[in-house]
Amino acid sequence: MVKSKSAYSIPTKLGKLDTHIFVVWVDNEAGVLARVVGLFSGRGYNIESLAVAEVDQTKNISRITIVTTGTPQVIDQIKLQLKKLVPVHKVADFKREDKKVIFKEMALLKVVGNKKKIEKCLKVCKSFNPVILDKTKLSVVIQITALRREIDKMSKKLKPLGLTSTSRTGAIAMTRGAEVFK
Amino acid sequence: MSKLYSGAEIVFKCLEDQDVEYIFGYPGGAVLPIYDELKNHSSIKHILVRHEQGAGHAAEGYARSSGKAGVVLVTSGPGATNVVTALTDAYMDSVPLVCISGQVPTHLIGTDAFQECDTTGITRPCTKHNWLVKDIKDLSRVIHEAFKVATTGRPGPVLVDIPKDIQFAKVNYSKPKKEKKTNGKLHNKFSQNEIDELLSLISKAKKPVIYTGGGVINSGPKASDSLREFVRLIGFPITSTLQGLGAFPGDDNQFIGMLGMHGTYEANNAMHDCDLLINIGARFDDRITGKIDEFSPNSKKVHIDIDPSSINKIIKVDLAIVGDVNEVLQSAIKNINKKKNGLKTSNKQNISKWWEQIQKWRTKDSLGFINSEKTIKPQHAVKRLYELTKNQDTFITTEVGQHQMWAAQHYKFNKPNRWMTSGGLGTMGYGLPAAVGVQIAHPDKLVIDIAGEASVLMTMQEMSTAVQYNLPIKIFVLNNQYMGMVRQWQELLHEKNYSESYSEALPDFVKLAEAYGCKGIKAQNPNELDEKIKEMVDHNGPVIFDCQVDPNENCFPMIPSGKPHNQMILGPNDKEDNKITGKGKALV
Repeated sequence: MVKSKSAYSIPTKLGKLDTHIFVVWVDNEAGVLARVVGLFSGRGYNIESLAVAEVDQTKNISRITIVTTGTPQVIDQIKLQLKKLVPVHKVADFKREDKKVIFKEMALLKVVGNKKKIEKCLKVCKSFNPVILDKTKLSVVIQITALRREIDKMSKKLKPLGLTSTSRTGAIAMTRGAEVFK
Repeated sequence: MSKLYSGAEIVFKCLEDQDVEYIFGYPGGAVLPIYDELKNHSSIKHILVRHEQGAGHAAEGYARSSGKAGVVLVTSGPGATNVVTALTDAYMDSVPLVCISGQVPTHLIGTDAFQECDTTGITRPCTKHNWLVKDIKDLSRVIHEAFKVATTGRPGPVLVDIPKDIQFAKVNYSKPKKEKKTNGKLHNKFSQNEIDELLSLISKAKKPVIYTGGGVINSGPKASDSLREFVRLIGFPITSTLQGLGAFPGDDNQFIGMLGMHGTYEANNAMHDCDLLINIGARFDDRITGKIDEFSPNSKKVHIDIDPSSINKIIKVDLAIVGDVNEVLQSAIKNINKKKNGLKTSNKQNISKWWEQIQKWRTKDSLGFINSEKTIKPQHAVKRLYELTKNQDTFITTEVGQHQMWAAQHYKFNKPNRWMTSGGLGTMGYGLPAAVGVQIAHPDKLVIDIAGEASVLMTMQEMSTAVQYNLPIKIFVLNNQYMGMVRQWQELLHEKNYSESYSEALPDFVKLAEAYGCKGIKAQNPNELDEKIKEMVDHNGPVIFDCQVDPNENCFPMIPSGKPHNQMILGPNDKEDNKITGKGKALV
């Protein structure tokens, strides 16, 4: 359980922590991200990763995707608290294990090394749609899209092969099929 | 082409369209254009306070006693930071406030200009919403939206930050359109099924209790009427939180007193032993629940609240009804009356044993205290104050501490909106400025701030406001020379190490009153108390009443933190002394 629920109550047994992905549709206005993030820090919720960008330019709607962990009660609170914010239009939350939802993260990986090492790197990346964005005799910048833990694994594997720099996005999510979240 | 108005004019146009009569404020560089415009709007009266925190609390007192939004006007920088305490207080206690703050001109924002601060950044976590208006075209829309956000759903404070150049800029003004869809922020989502389930729980209950809170007051006077009808119909015992006092008559036989940390023995035991708990507009605050694991262990729990995030936040409930208290109760009453098979009578038979039990608890007389003929006991002072003022429509505000709890325990409220106290944030210094606001809203009524000498000194400067506007507020100071509640905890939890809780060099409150240009009265022994209280009530002007009480009196009953409801410490009349040990000590 997150500590700051109440300053005075007894910290009772920790419940089971689940990882959830929240998708929040907000008005793209000044300070809106601070409101959402401030809610998390102010109430002691975690943020594992965060991705945000405008998705509808005519209606000025941004889509914020937040990965967080908490007990079912805390997850419920996060959702209800988010819905109370004035610029928030709707809130969806998905369990990480949810099969009906696609989660993806993107990473840019810079590998510095000789030709042999770089080729080895590309081989390792193969199953995660590697795109070579830049290549020199001594280096390569690879873009991959995958799940968080897959990228974690990749980074580990590429370290000895000359991975020098990693840049990652937060997770973004989309439901499968024709259904649209309302 | 229609007329162009300056930003400052638009502020007033909006306030006029919102039927604002009073604003509480303090001028400064970044709001001068708005102050300059004040003279052209005779329907709006400005109350000049002595500190911006005072403006905020006065607006809270105004809002809570009148049901309208309180409006605050402050300058940038220190003006805005000073009002933060009041905004937080209003946020915790769900009081509708609209705070308008000046800001440095747009081109200077972010340059650390004179009296600049990130007002919207600072107030973001203590308002329902806030706005920095960077375009004059947005101004009227934002101000109208601000009023709507503050007053709808669960009420709360909002802030509109207006840079000085926007106050000068000119634009058209159009009146607000009537009722737009509110982005799903209004919550009246209960269904007939939920009402049916509520009635079924009511009809099955053998040991029920109703627990009401400030939500009933916020729902408006009609909600209190509905509550009375509902409670009398089903015959259940009813208890109330600190904020809910007055929604149900305090002297009614079905009312079993306030619950929680300093609640009555019967109320807390009923909460612990009940089989049905109906929470109406309260939020399971930690001063109410005590130890959560052992909170009302055998009951079905119903929670009626307008704010969905209040539900299951602390206590898991079996039936949640999200909606406005009045509408939920009206619907329940209608349905009870429809069922002519006499839910009313059968109910009362079902719970007659429960009432016997409650009567037994009542005989403990947990609010009892040992009175004295030599010194004034603070409880006695509040009781006398109640007896001598109960025949008129009296409004009570308080500061925070022992006196606040004694006021809640011994002053009986029969109407909603008569009791203004800082419960959630627990702001010492709330009561005096709040009394100013209450008196503004009700110029002909008796307004008393039941205060402690430590609290009242925090905002004493507002006496000057009271004198300026000839507001006959009565500051009834229970003077025990200690921060009483701190002293009480130190006595019970820290081996009587009264670290910094004694105030040396207190002012002479009578002389202080005279210095402010009002009346000072001092009472030192019980014999003169009644006469002096009458003198205070009869005086047509502000009074500071220095009631010198027993400095060692503690506030009982008390549930020590970390204990459940059925383990209370009772007063000196009760022999079994229940000491707080080990674990509980760390929790307070």
